Amino acid sequence: MDLSSINPVLLIASVMVSATPILLAAIGEMVVEKSGVLNLGVEGMMITGAVVGFAVAVSATSPGLGFVAAAIAGALLSLAFGLLTQYLLSNQVATGLGLTLVGLGLSSLIGKPYEGMKTPTLSKFEIPLLSDLPILGDMLFSHDVMVYFSLLLVAAVWAFLKYTRAGLILRAVGEGHDSAHALGYKVTQIRILAILFGGACAGLGGAYLSLVRVPQWTEGMTAGAGWIALAIVVFASWRAGRVAVGAYLFGGVTVLQLNLQAAGADVPVALLSASPYLITILVLVIISARGVHGAPASLGRPFHASH
Amino acid sequence: MLRLEKRPQPSQLWTVVTPILAVFLTMIVGGIMFALLGKPPLEAIKVIFWDPLFHEQFAAYSRPQLLVKAGPLILIAIGLSIGFKAGIWNIGAEGQYIIGAICGAGVGLAFYPSESVLIFPAMVLAGAAGGWAWAMIPAVLKTRFGTNEILVSLMLVYVAQNVLISVSSGLLRNPEGMGFPGSRNFKQWDAAHNAELIANTGMHWGVVAAFIAVIGAYMLMSRHIMGFNIRLTGEAPRAARFAGVSPTRIVFFCLGLAGLLAGAAGLFEATGPAGQITGAFNAGYGFTAIIVAFLGRLHPVGILLAGLLMALTYIGGELAQLMLNLPGASIQLFQGMLLFFLLATDVFTNYRLRFGKKGLV
Amino acid sequence: MNRRTLLTTAALALTLGTTAFAQDEEITAGFIYIGPPGDGGWTYEHDQARQKMEAHFDGKVKTIYQENVPESADAERAITQMALTGADIIFTTSFGYMDPTLAVAEKFPDVKFEHATGYKRSDNVSTYSARFYEGRAVQGHIAGKMTKTNKIGYIASVPIPEVIRGINSAYIHAKKVNPDVEFSIIWLYTWFDPAKEADAARALIENGADVVLQHTDSTAPQAAAQEAGNVITFGQASDMAEYAPMPRVSSIIDDWAPYYIARVQAVLDGTWESTDTWDGIGKGMVGIGEISDAVPADVKAEALAMKDAIASGEYHPFTGPLKKQDGSDWLAEGEVADDGTLAGMNFYLEGITAEIPN
Repeated sequence: MDLSSINPVLLIASVMVSATPILLAAIGEMVVEKSGVLNLGVEGMMITGAVVGFAVAVSATSPGLGFVAAAIAGALLSLAFGLLTQYLLSNQVATGLGLTLVGLGLSSLIGKPYEGMKTPTLSKFEIPLLSDLPILGDMLFSHDVMVYFSLLLVAAVWAFLKYTRAGLILRAVGEGHDSAHALGYKVTQIRILAILFGGACAGLGGAYLSLVRVPQWTEGMTAGAGWIALAIVVFASWRAGRVAVGAYLFGGVTVLQLNLQAAGADVPVALLSASPYLITILVLVIISARGVHGAPASLGRPFHASH
Repeated sequence: MLRLEKRPQPSQLWTVVTPILAVFLTMIVGGIMFALLGKPPLEAIKVIFWDPLFHEQFAAYSRPQLLVKAGPLILIAIGLSIGFKAGIWNIGAEGQYIIGAICGAGVGLAFYPSESVLIFPAMVLAGAAGGWAWAMIPAVLKTRFGTNEILVSLMLVYVAQNVLISVSSGLLRNPEGMGFPGSRNFKQWDAAHNAELIANTGMHWGVVAAFIAVIGAYMLMSRHIMGFNIRLTGEAPRAARFAGVSPTRIVFFCLGLAGLLAGAAGLFEATGPAGQITGAFNAGYGFTAIIVAFLGRLHPVGILLAGLLMALTYIGGELAQLMLNLPGASIQLFQGMLLFFLLATDVFTNYRLRFGKKGLV
Repeated sequence: MNRRTLLTTAALALTLGTTAFAQDEEITAGFIYIGPPGDGGWTYEHDQARQKMEAHFDGKVKTIYQENVPESADAERAITQMALTGADIIFTTSFGYMDPTLAVAEKFPDVKFEHATGYKRSDNVSTYSARFYEGRAVQGHIAGKMTKTNKIGYIASVPIPEVIRGINSAYIHAKKVNPDVEFSIIWLYTWFDPAKEADAARALIENGADVVLQHTDSTAPQAAAQEAGNVITFGQASDMAEYAPMPRVSSIIDDWAPYYIARVQAVLDGTWESTDTWDGIGKGMVGIGEISDAVPADVKAEALAMKDAIASGEYHPFTGPLKKQDGSDWLAEGEVADDGTLAGMNFYLEGITAEIPN
């Protein structure tokens, strides 16, 4: 076994690429959950974003437009979830599972003509000056623009929730919808907006898979990434910064596992693949044992104004 | 402006009408989709809903298969529904199902090739115990540390799937399997085979267990004090506490029961219809059962019907693929639609539509 | 009353009814697929062969298929329903359908069944598979000649004999032309997960591999290699020609069409018999995709010569002297591996440093 063949610079650079789809989806889902809604349909929205993004990018030969279309597609699909759960008060768990079913079916119907095609992909964007730094330049500052965008988005969500009035309202709605309602906030509308944001982010994450990370369209290509995004939100105990840490950790475990195998190490693949989930459970236990319940108090509960 | 007003009690009428309405709506929208795909819409709907039951060529086989497919869904959904009634959201039944199957199969295979009549009962017990133990993890964490059971049970599904992949190519691998992953085939080992009880009926022990579970759940929820406590905990947790109902006991009972039933369902499936433990034997029953539980409005009889309806769309969907060359994805979409319509129309059971100025929604 | 006889009688009654219905006009051939036909690899090639076969018989044969059939209890039902629709011959195209295929075959003695990659047969169940390892030998040769870093990456799916055979075959032929060659093997435990396959290809490339072989089904590793630049790959299961001439320099193509045509013809002629077919380059079941210009002319000529020698039976990729990984003797000088050992191959050959996981 010769681990010296693993190049840490390249390793971290690929962790960043492999973490970006789940990071995008997770930060969106975090905002949704912060508003008190649990949308288990991330996988369905991601794959819809992946196929729509790919189709548009191919037709318009523009990956940028592909990302925009993917965000819209994800948001539209999430709107179905929003209408059902917020206006028709359906159960969020069941509706989310249904959304995944719909997304998987829909995407494979849309995607049939695009199988086996190639897409224009995003070029690397080397940040001036920073990318010239030794080691760090190649490691952190020579990625495509979506990698930076995802990190900026995390920072923006963090600032939004912490410093803006709108962010405060969103959190209030998630912590106690009845009191938020009593204070005159439009609980349902705020939640719909959060759901749309989550859908758009999931769509972007899916498009990153089909346009950059793989890049191609194949049926079922998300292969569970949406579920991992859900796990990351929990792992992060609903904090934006930790979502980034979680996504990089999850992405990192996968990439590290592959790199260890490539370097000839004998790794227990099943154990390593299960480890992020075990760590997530551990984190959950620790935060709840400290008495700080990370989860928004109204998470998953339906809201109706006449209560 | 339209608004919803909560009914004092769920409407009996709408409880019956909404599922029919939803199926009807699905047929219309699904028919449009099939037409867009260039397939005959009426034909497709008929193949999905009618042919599995009455087609002269298939029905003799499909009807029993409805039970085979619905059995595990109902068994798992019954366990879940009782927890859901109490506000305990176990969405990790898939994991409990997998671990149950592994434990049961493991106990059985330890005695291979014994033909003792005790083998199968021992496997069922071990399967149920395995599912129970897996469900105890979120139960203990919830009661001890207040950890959210939705998330823990979901995370444990992924862990279980990794365990499954590992044991099917390691610990439980068939030593005579030419190096391929997968356990021995239980159908070729009479003592462990969960065979059809009456030929060509689809009735195996898992289906029997599902029926018993439906009756048991009905008795529990309507006749037994525990059922009352469970409902009270779900509807008015504070009142329940004042009434002396221990939340800890409810959590252990509900999660334990769900795990028990899911684990048993896994074992029945692995030793019966699936025949062996492989990386893919589970087929997502644990997640589909959540859908079934809600489609059945968390009521035992409703779940029974919902399980059968779900099974019907699966089998009818397969037939539609076969006979009309419908893409498999369109069936998935069709099922998603059915679910959405059922969930959407459910609102009328609990709410009344009102026309009024004051838009509260 | 014995349960089994009751079952058989009932099923017999069913089959009699159905076959009578189907034979009036034409023969029906059914296919059970593990994935979607659009996977670009395994299922794609089976579906291509189905279409070619249907075209070949020009209206005499009707084909039906069901996609995405999981290797669970659903498989047995899917196969039974297909038999009930009046299919006369059913091809089940994944290993996990083995026991379900045999179980259904017992109930439908008049229907012919063909199970891909399995090892259990009965009166109306044949098995068929391809000697992919012959193609791996050609790949190994090209890989050994072309690697500059002497590191060859191998994306493996699930540790079963077929995959291990491929690794061994590629390795010994690379080693023969380049004694310094090393293999890095990554096990993904899946046949199809584009994102993971892309990550695996990147991990191999970053660890210095400049040749990537894959035994998984998507084209994602090709795309990853293209992005990296100086890396060569080989198409798997299907030609993957959209990535030629670089990174894809050649490919192993599963060509099931001649087999499907022959077997359906046998049903039409009434000469179908249960057999075990394991064909390779010679019979055309394993195709070597065009070797692109990225390969130097002399290497290409050698590779083609090897392909011809394998096709004619003159050369067997596993010819001694060969030793197992632990140094024990396997094949003596000039000795050729027997099919039994190959079918259950669960050991690496000498020189591979990794271990087979379990």
